[in-house]
Amino acid sequence: MNQWHLFLAFFRVGMLGYGGGPSSIPLVRAEVVTKYRWMTDEEFAEILAIANALPGPIATKLAGYIGYRVGGALGLVNAVLATTAPTVVLMIVLLAALSSFKDTPWVAGMTKAVVPVVAVMLAEMTWQFAKQARAALGWRPAALLLLACFLALQWLGLHPALVVAVLLAAAFVGRSKPKAVDRDKGGERRASS
Amino acid sequence: MIYWQLFLAFFWPGILGYGGGPASIPLVEHEVVDRYQWMTVNEFSEVLALGNSLPGPIATKMAGYIGYEQAGVLGAAIGVFASVAPSLVLLLALLGLLYKWKDAPQVKRLTAYIRPAIAVMLGIMAIDLFRESYEGAGLGQTAFLTAASAFLLLGKWRIHPAYVIVLALVYGAFFLS
Repeated sequence: MNQWHLFLAFFRVGMLGYGGGPSSIPLVRAEVVTKYRWMTDEEFAEILAIANALPGPIATKLAGYIGYRVGGALGLVNAVLATTAPTVVLMIVLLAALSSFKDTPWVAGMTKAVVPVVAVMLAEMTWQFAKQARAALGWRPAALLLLACFLALQWLGLHPALVVAVLLAAAFVGRSKPKAVDRDKGGERRASS
Repeated sequence: MIYWQLFLAFFWPGILGYGGGPASIPLVEHEVVDRYQWMTVNEFSEVLALGNSLPGPIATKMAGYIGYEQAGVLGAAIGVFASVAPSLVLLLALLGLLYKWKDAPQVKRLTAYIRPAIAVMLGIMAIDLFRESYEGAGLGQTAFLTAASAFLLLGKWRIHPAYVIVLALVYGAFFLS
């Protein structure tokens, strides 16, 4: 019975969550805490914090771990499949149907029209990430890191993995940065007062 | 060989993308467009647009579809597996350790430090797509579609992205064909 409920819970999360994994977190909470009471709100918050400390898609990390807690190894596979499989299948069917009309002028027109829309979405996400970086690091370190990343990726043409790895290492050893954040916040307060 | 490449192409974004699936999109683009050249930026943005108009986690939708395009059903399974399994295995294996460390400043800093890099990658992708659109659809159409979608997505009424994409598809079918 639990396996069926697990499937239903994560199927609903997968089918109703628009905007990628992070935006479906409240839906996971609604199923896991409110509806099925598999865990308390505090436990869910703890799991979320732990999952966020690791890379990778958040939706499947939550599904996998909660599935494992509720229904063992089978629960893990069940919850991950319920989250991912339906929308992957939907995606493949839709795009396969569209690509069979690939050479017709109207599909070519659709493809052209969608490019600037995606560009706007990405530009908005760029802004969100930059804003979050500023909130977490202070505006000066964030701006410096943004500039450094831009130069490393675009000008030096370094592999993104390398840039990310350097930043991860910096996060572990960098003790000077949090002080810089404090200083910057102080500076901002002084500037605004 | 293609299966191994597919695994690697989605393994790296899964293991490097801090901040959930959307953060790994530029990393996926780097592997799929730049390194393995399975598709053009244009095709990638088309897949991303459709992925964004459907529900569910974006990283696995991209992995599943691109895997399927390259190597059929098994390719789709490998793509999804590569993006999901590594971080999940890490989570289960390091649970005790993570539990102790989750409030440590180092761990909190991980996501904070990665964000500027993700922002830059997303920004570069956006610029690439604007340029692509300028070359494909011309300056007038690009400017119009950019302004219209920015207005609908970010303006006063904030229409759901899925509807904006559907509107763009309909517009393109009629006016850009």
